[in-house]
Formats: sequence, C-alpha cells, structure tokens
Amino acid sequence: MAKGDSQDLERQRRLRRRNWAMLAVLAALFVLFYLMTVVQFGTGSAAS
Amino acid sequence: MTSPTSDPWNAAGLEASPLAPDVSDFIALLKPRVMSLVVFTGLTGMVMAPGELHPILAFVAILCIAVGAGASGAINMWYDADIDAIMERTKDRPIPAGRMPASQALTFGVILAVGSVAIMGLATNLVAAGLLALTIAFYVFVYTMFLKRRTSQNIVIGGAAGAFPPMIGWAAVSGDVTVGGILLFALIFFWTPPHFWALSLVKAKEYARAGVPMLPVVAGEPATRRQIVLYSVILAPLGVLPAVLEFASPAYGVAAGILGLVFLGLAIRLALRPTPRLAMGLFGYSILYLFLLFAWMLAERVVGAWA
Repeated sequence: MAKGDSQDLERQRRLRRRNWAMLAVLAALFVLFYLMTVVQFGTGSAAS
Repeated sequence: MTSPTSDPWNAAGLEASPLAPDVSDFIALLKPRVMSLVVFTGLTGMVMAPGELHPILAFVAILCIAVGAGASGAINMWYDADIDAIMERTKDRPIPAGRMPASQALTFGVILAVGSVAIMGLATNLVAAGLLALTIAFYVFVYTMFLKRRTSQNIVIGGAAGAFPPMIGWAAVSGDVTVGGILLFALIFFWTPPHFWALSLVKAKEYARAGVPMLPVVAGEPATRRQIVLYSVILAPLGVLPAVLEFASPAYGVAAGILGLVFLGLAIRLALRPTPRLAMGLFGYSILYLFLLFAWMLAERVVGAWA
C-alpha cells in the first residue's frame, strides 16, 4: 500500500473517532441541561 | 485544510502534520493532571462552604471548573507553542509535535472557556461564573501572555490562577466570597512558589534555553533557595489557620502544623545542602502536603455530614 493511502486511511479513522467523541459530548450536554432544568424547576428556584 | 504557515493565529509558526489531530490530542490540550488537582481543590471548597447545593448542580459546577481549567491550558499551549518546542518536558505536546494546527487549539480553548463560564452561571450563580471567568482570564492574559516571559515573579503572581478553584467551589455553594474561601485561596497561593521553584531549580537550564525568566535563571539558585525558605515560613502557619478559625478540627491543626514543619525543614535542608535530589524531594513533598491538608479538611466535612 502506498504511503499516501495509509495516511488517508489514518486521517479518516481519526476523523471518525473525533465525530463519535463530538456526538458523545453533545449527548452528554443534552442530558446535563435536561437534568439542570429538572433540578432547578424541581426545587422551585433558579440557583442564586 | 489551511496551511499552518499562512495561519494568522499560528503565532509560533510551527508546521502541523497533514493528519487530523486525534481525540487524545484534544485531551492532552486540557492538561489532565492539572485538571485533577483543580477538581480536588474545587471540590474541597465546595464541601467546606456553608450552604447546600443539589448534587447534580454540584457535579456540573465541578465539571465547569475542570473544563475552565482545561480551556486555560489549551489557550496556554497555543500561546506557548514556541517555547514548548524547545523544552524537553513539553516538546511532545500536540502543537510543537506537529499533530495539531495552533489555531485549532485556540478555537478549542476559547469554546470551552466560554461554555464553562456560561454553564456555571446557569447551574449555580453569577459570583461563581464571574470567578471562573476571572481565573481563565488571569491565567491566559496575566500569567501566560504578560508575566511568564517577562518577570521572575511569574509564578508568584500567576499562582493566583491556580489558587482560585476552591474559592469558585465555595462561591458555587454559598453565592459569595467569605473568609473560608479566601483562606483556601491563600493556602494554594503561598504553596505555589516553593512548589514550582523546587522543580525549576532542577530544570533551570531548560528554562534558560527557552528564555523563560524563572527565578533560578534570573536571580540564581542560592537566592531561589532562600525564597523557598521564606515562603515555607509563611506557608507553615497558614496551613494551621483553618483550625484556628474553626473551619477544621484541632486534630487537623496539629497534623497541619507537623506537615508544615516538615515542609520548612526540607526547605532549610535544601538551602544548606543544595542537590537536585533534595530539590525533587521537596517538590514531591509539596504535592503530598497540599493533598493531605485538603483531603483532611474534605474528610472531616464528609464524615461530619454522615455522623
């Protein structure tokens, strides 16, 4: 396999891993905001 | 991909590899070891503070402190890429090693900084969010961009950035800054210079090569060792103060007194018999010292809450 091809493959692999990581971070943020909202509305006061 | 050399944000002019940076490179930008210390001290501040915070909001606050610290680290790595490339300890970081374009690190750091402050404000209160913003700004603008390359007092004044996390944790719970939070801040503030100067005594040549005016480079090693003793004299009684002000038990006070005297003893021994081994010994002990003080205070509160 040519060096350029293996570099392309490695680049694709890294981008795919980064996309999955980004998806995981966004999902975690979604859950975090949901829980924050539930807690703050649940206690009847925005934290201050 | 933009050519790194034509990138106006690539201050150091370093070339990046055509390969995309890996997830591990983004994690490295956050300086995970610094993050773990910040999480620990921030958590202590939070537990020590009067008041209550819902566990989920407390978790979010700690996460924001950690991410804010990581963001500072990423922006620091963007700005310092040129000197990181010279020093042995830092030359394998993502930017100097060519695994990441400098502008990508900057963008990553800025997004995390803004995000962590905004979420801290939403989850807790504006005092904690303001302190977190101040900490990030202090580390980036005051320490990294202004002090680090200009003065041998870089560690002394810049150390404030590392001392803020327990105060932020305190403010997240109590909504204000009171004497307890300031005391935890002071402990880390006066601990930082002897801790870093002990290391810089061993790494003085590397700092000199990179043009960073650390105290041993500018004032010499004997003056640095004297300064270490001086700061240890201030630090030892300061460690006992939480017991005196009744934030911690008398048992903590006794332990902190003994640990402080050992710190001072090691500093004096280094001043009298300067060897790299003793300098690294003091550096290692300083980490243990801070960990034990904070862990003791944390444990007392946690055990007290359950008792």
